[in-house]
Amino acid sequence: MKSMIQLVDIEKHFSDHSVIPPLNLTIHEGEFLTILGPSGCGKTTLLRMIAGFEKPTKGDIFLDQKRVTDSAPYQRDVNMVFQHYALFPHMTVEENISFGLQMKKVSAQEQMRRIEEVIALTRLSELKKRKPSQLSGGQQQRVAIARAIVNNPKVLLLDEPLGALDLQLRKDLQIELKHLQKKLGITFVYVTHDQEEAMAMSDRIVVMNQGKIEQLGTPYEIYHHPKSLFVATFIGENNIFSQGDQIFSVRPEKIILFPLNQSGAAAPTQEKKRGWVEDVVFLGNMYKLFIKLENEPTVLIAYQQVNGKGPYKEGEPIGVGWLKEDEVILN
Amino acid sequence: MKKRGTLIIWPALLWLILFFLVPCFIVLLYSVLKKDTYGRIIYSFNLDNYARFFDPLYLNILWQTLVIALLTTIFCLLLGYPLAYTISRASRKWQNIMLLLVMVPFWINFLVRSYAWVVILRSQGLVNTLLMKVGLIEEPLKLLYTPEAVMIGMIYALLPFMVLPIYVSIEKMDRRMLEAAYDLGATPFKAFWNITLPQTLPGIVAGSILVFVPSIGMFVVSDIMGGAKTALIGNVIENQFRTAQDFPFGSALSIIVILFSLILIYIYTRALKVQDGKGGNR
Repeated sequence: MKSMIQLVDIEKHFSDHSVIPPLNLTIHEGEFLTILGPSGCGKTTLLRMIAGFEKPTKGDIFLDQKRVTDSAPYQRDVNMVFQHYALFPHMTVEENISFGLQMKKVSAQEQMRRIEEVIALTRLSELKKRKPSQLSGGQQQRVAIARAIVNNPKVLLLDEPLGALDLQLRKDLQIELKHLQKKLGITFVYVTHDQEEAMAMSDRIVVMNQGKIEQLGTPYEIYHHPKSLFVATFIGENNIFSQGDQIFSVRPEKIILFPLNQSGAAAPTQEKKRGWVEDVVFLGNMYKLFIKLENEPTVLIAYQQVNGKGPYKEGEPIGVGWLKEDEVILN
Repeated sequence: MKKRGTLIIWPALLWLILFFLVPCFIVLLYSVLKKDTYGRIIYSFNLDNYARFFDPLYLNILWQTLVIALLTTIFCLLLGYPLAYTISRASRKWQNIMLLLVMVPFWINFLVRSYAWVVILRSQGLVNTLLMKVGLIEEPLKLLYTPEAVMIGMIYALLPFMVLPIYVSIEKMDRRMLEAAYDLGATPFKAFWNITLPQTLPGIVAGSILVFVPSIGMFVVSDIMGGAKTALIGNVIENQFRTAQDFPFGSALSIIVILFSLILIYIYTRALKVQDGKGGNR
């Protein structure tokens, strides 16, 4: 696979405190890569270095095999969709979209053709004479995307582009963005703190914490084979156990529940621990149980499918177990 | 609550009515009356005072006033915009220091500051002495009592009124907009021309009005630094009220100047609205 962006031993310090320690990352051509991490983990700084708004303190950035470390943003063949869109309020939708082409002195004919194409693709035809202030959040979002992709960049950078939208719209746009990326074949580098978003869209995910890459892998790998405690707890819900000096995790959906109310019944072989139900939360398609374990401070999370029997009750004693193969060793 | 909300504007409103609106009406009333030989007002309606204005003498003076006011505004803008821009780009600490420096002259009486310019510009003044000592000139240049001197004085006096609104509008602008422009391939100059300038237009308009309007009416600067030759419409009006004791004609000229200012402000704001689509944006 051809590499599109290479970050080589890149470092960033802001007034002598280090935001990003030496870091290496290769992004492939045509992939949808998400940089995922909590706020302040350095993911936006990383994206801004690729765009050229921040200069790395050390290290090099290559874009399509060319060194761009010292190039200004307007010299790089990448475009960005900003967190709050940063549309130009004094220009119409159409003027916003044509701005990049005008700056690059694309011929009027070619401009027309590309703007029409992008406007059709982002379904903005009826809105092209409007000002950004006359658009809804979702529409502004589409303008921001159109304004970026009309330039046919080698890489599209997206900085939490769906953060300001409500849940339903966000989910719709996730699908739309993913389809758009497949259709255009442009490399997408997407920054978010929302792990569900990252799961839904990405080919690969980079999980970042405190400036470091914790893990790089497909959504499946990240979810099922987390390599560190941070990844195991940051992505989805998880139960962490320690046995001696070994730490391992078991996903809530892998926890098997055993009722303990029949007195004298022999414990099934898979049962590993006992406790009682501390809280039951109804989630619609299932119940989420919080189980306080005997002789341990741990509160365990498990899911119970909704079926005829009705949920466990608060205070009810319960046995828990899991299969050996569902244990994920973390150290 | 609503009642109280309207109540608190009354002191200011009353002040404006008493000391602004009422005097304006008195001036308007005087402008259609006559005076006798000793300057007393005769209550008989006529429009002679307005007719007198169309004497080429006064038309010329108004024209000269407008030209000087316009040039003052343009120079204030050319000097003020880069200054405001620099201030807004500095660190918080330096912004405060520089804004303070812009406003410091207000702490000193305006007359004193104007006389300071006389000291600087007169034939044995600072500039001429320096230039002669250096040997660049042999005779002192005539710097004072010229239209240029009047303009220097006015630009000096009014520059802060240009700087402050422009500074505010640059400060208010979302910086990410510039990043977006760079990202889309705009060089810093193009980004300034296409993004910063249009977005700070409201500040430019506000500053220009704040400079243009006072410079039409200003007479102290031309009194002190313009000598007899550079009479502005403000000086003529002052003369009518003080020396000539012709209140009705002075009033008529005042009304004409007020009308001119209003019309120009109207045209200016209209031009802005056409360009900006919906006027200022939040």
